Amino acid sequence: MRHLLSTRDLLRDDAIGLLDIAEDMSEVQNREVKKLPTLRGKTVVNLFFEDSTRTRTSFEVAAKRLSADVINFSAKGSSVSKGESLKDTAQTLAAMGADGVVIRHSASGAPQVLAQSGWIDAGVVNAGDGTHEHPTQALLDAFTMRRRIHGDAARGRDLDGVSVMIVGDVLHSRVARSNLWLLETLGAHVTFVAPATLVPVGASTWPADIRYDLDAALAEVRPDVVMLLRIQQERMNAAFFPTTREYARQWGLDDERLLALRPDSIVMHPGPMNRGLEISSRAADSAQSTVIEQVANGVSIRMAVLYSLLSGDREARS
Amino acid sequence: MTTTLITGATLPDGTTTDLLIADGVIAERGAGLSGPAGARVLDAAGLVALPGLVDLHTHLREPGFEQSETVLSGTRAAAAGGFTAVFAMANTMPVSDTAGVVEQVQALGDAAGYATVRPIGAVTVGLGGERLSEIGAMANSRAGVRVFSDDGKCVHDSLLMRRALEYVKTFDGVVAQHAQDPRLTENAQMNEGALSSELGLKGWPAVAEESIIARDVLLAKHVGARLHICHLSTAGSVDVVRWAKARGIEVTAEVTPHHLLLTEELIRSYDARYKVNPPLRRDEDVRALREGLVDGTIDIVATDHAPHPEESKDCEWDHASFGMVGLESALSVVQAAMVDTGLFDWADVARVLSQTPAQIGRLEGHTHSFEIGASANLVLVDPASSSTFSVDRLAGKSHNSPYLGMTLPGSVRHTFHRGYPTVLDGSVLSASEVAAAATAAGVARG
Repeated sequence: MRHLLSTRDLLRDDAIGLLDIAEDMSEVQNREVKKLPTLRGKTVVNLFFEDSTRTRTSFEVAAKRLSADVINFSAKGSSVSKGESLKDTAQTLAAMGADGVVIRHSASGAPQVLAQSGWIDAGVVNAGDGTHEHPTQALLDAFTMRRRIHGDAARGRDLDGVSVMIVGDVLHSRVARSNLWLLETLGAHVTFVAPATLVPVGASTWPADIRYDLDAALAEVRPDVVMLLRIQQERMNAAFFPTTREYARQWGLDDERLLALRPDSIVMHPGPMNRGLEISSRAADSAQSTVIEQVANGVSIRMAVLYSLLSGDREARS
Repeated sequence: MTTTLITGATLPDGTTTDLLIADGVIAERGAGLSGPAGARVLDAAGLVALPGLVDLHTHLREPGFEQSETVLSGTRAAAAGGFTAVFAMANTMPVSDTAGVVEQVQALGDAAGYATVRPIGAVTVGLGGERLSEIGAMANSRAGVRVFSDDGKCVHDSLLMRRALEYVKTFDGVVAQHAQDPRLTENAQMNEGALSSELGLKGWPAVAEESIIARDVLLAKHVGARLHICHLSTAGSVDVVRWAKARGIEVTAEVTPHHLLLTEELIRSYDARYKVNPPLRRDEDVRALREGLVDGTIDIVATDHAPHPEESKDCEWDHASFGMVGLESALSVVQAAMVDTGLFDWADVARVLSQTPAQIGRLEGHTHSFEIGASANLVLVDPASSSTFSVDRLAGKSHNSPYLGMTLPGSVRHTFHRGYPTVLDGSVLSASEVAAAATAAGVARG
């Protein structure tokens, strides 16, 4: 693997390979000395054009545990408004000898543009681009599901037959897209539940069932996994739904809906959560919730990705 | 003034003839012509002679955006593509909304000499969409403007559009509408559909174009005015225009070469060369546009030649500018989409790329039937050739062509504007040569 830009073109064996490496990385996290020497001498740049303390920190911890040198290059706001182009930034990082670039950008496709530009020779990891994809989030979600469902026997397994319900702002969610493609590849079945205003045009052609009524969907599907998507503050005033109260009543995982779930169903959220809106506090803090596990697993997955992209001689594999 | 004898050219109707060009006009036609001593002789065996192409929709960018294109470089691109007349869109800086600006643009075109430049006037002051610009002053200026457009922006206020349609009637003009509902397309990046949803690019829904066209044909009917629709891009738009024409509404429509050939699938690369407004659409839209062009629902092909400097395209998709250059590739693309597919013969090409755009734009002095005494605006193309479209084919300032690297049929061998050559043997003549020829032909007005 040269870059990780999306989950859509990730092959099943490669995906399972990454999840298995993440299992190894996870074991390292339980040791007293959590650091591996694998990427010593390599430089990883966290190139964040959009604020995200959580994701950036997760990548930073992952890279440091692999002994890479980490540089945080924060270009808050659009690169254009700053007057420096993605091209100039990339060429600058190339001149400094970056081996890997972890990029978060508000423009969909920016990581792909960077990877195919010829401006820089580094491995590129998409850490979230616009409303396109967020592949490491989908990988850590799949990792979390696989562990909860298969336990210690998770290695080598896929998610065949697992039913995943993703609820909320699918329209603007790169997490929903990356999860859809990866879960399909791993054999899971995805149901999206959202008000029609937050379902993307043309989503009927996607390999997912689309439902509007959360209660009916929960009752009929009895999903193994319920994943709530964050409602972004800026969507709340953009007439996608009348009020946050109405949204919470119709599509929030409140206490009643939590109780109606199968006892072994798991509750996921990519964070950060709006408690009381898309998820109630009780649901978020319940034993069924994997929210904290997801954060821990995020480090293992990102270690696995950086390891796969950057260890050894990159040229030999490109 | 030079005399040129063209031998064995195939006319759009399929007949073969010699043509003698002298004193700026077609002096003789028929078999076995001989030119006077010293005449330039061009063997046109295997070449198709078309009337000089007329582009109703070109962005020459001057004044204001000379880093992208100038009147000189844009008309040089036109000549390279076989065009002898271009209508220059009004979204310059300052906007072409006064007699002064349109006269300047026309004068620059006359001086350059590569093609006849007919400025288009803005419908509203500064393209602001709030009040009518001085349409009468532009119509009565030396530029004699007949086409008015806020292209790049839609005249979206219904009352203002009604007034524009009515007022322009006074001057035998036409409003060329850029049909795009602004609210439905805020920050839109590509055609709205399954692919835009997958790529995470904000959608430009077909209905944003179709609803404006539907409103405007009804307005045109109500006030009895002429309406022209720029760059139709959807199957639904073809349906609306077909409906309007069946009811006798005076509407004409254009399609761009790129909407006849390319689809949104190209955007998977996030290569901003494919970013254009209106956006590339689906396969079924391309098919409907071709059918509409065949059955006359769509009247003309116009390039929407939109040059941009490299930095406007060499970046993230969201930050890139809309538009692609099209003058140099238009004929090859129309050949690929319409002729080589058996939908069109060369007479159809002459109609949609020369005769009808000239009529819509009220362009005088452009012949279409090679009659003796007519101003010699013509292009000789080699339809049998095929080549990889490369930067060598681009003669303007900008290189934002979506066709670079694609194999396209046909090539322009010779272009004549008012009797003098602007392209010979596939090479564009130098600016000084062409300017001198234009002066000699009495085109330049001081």
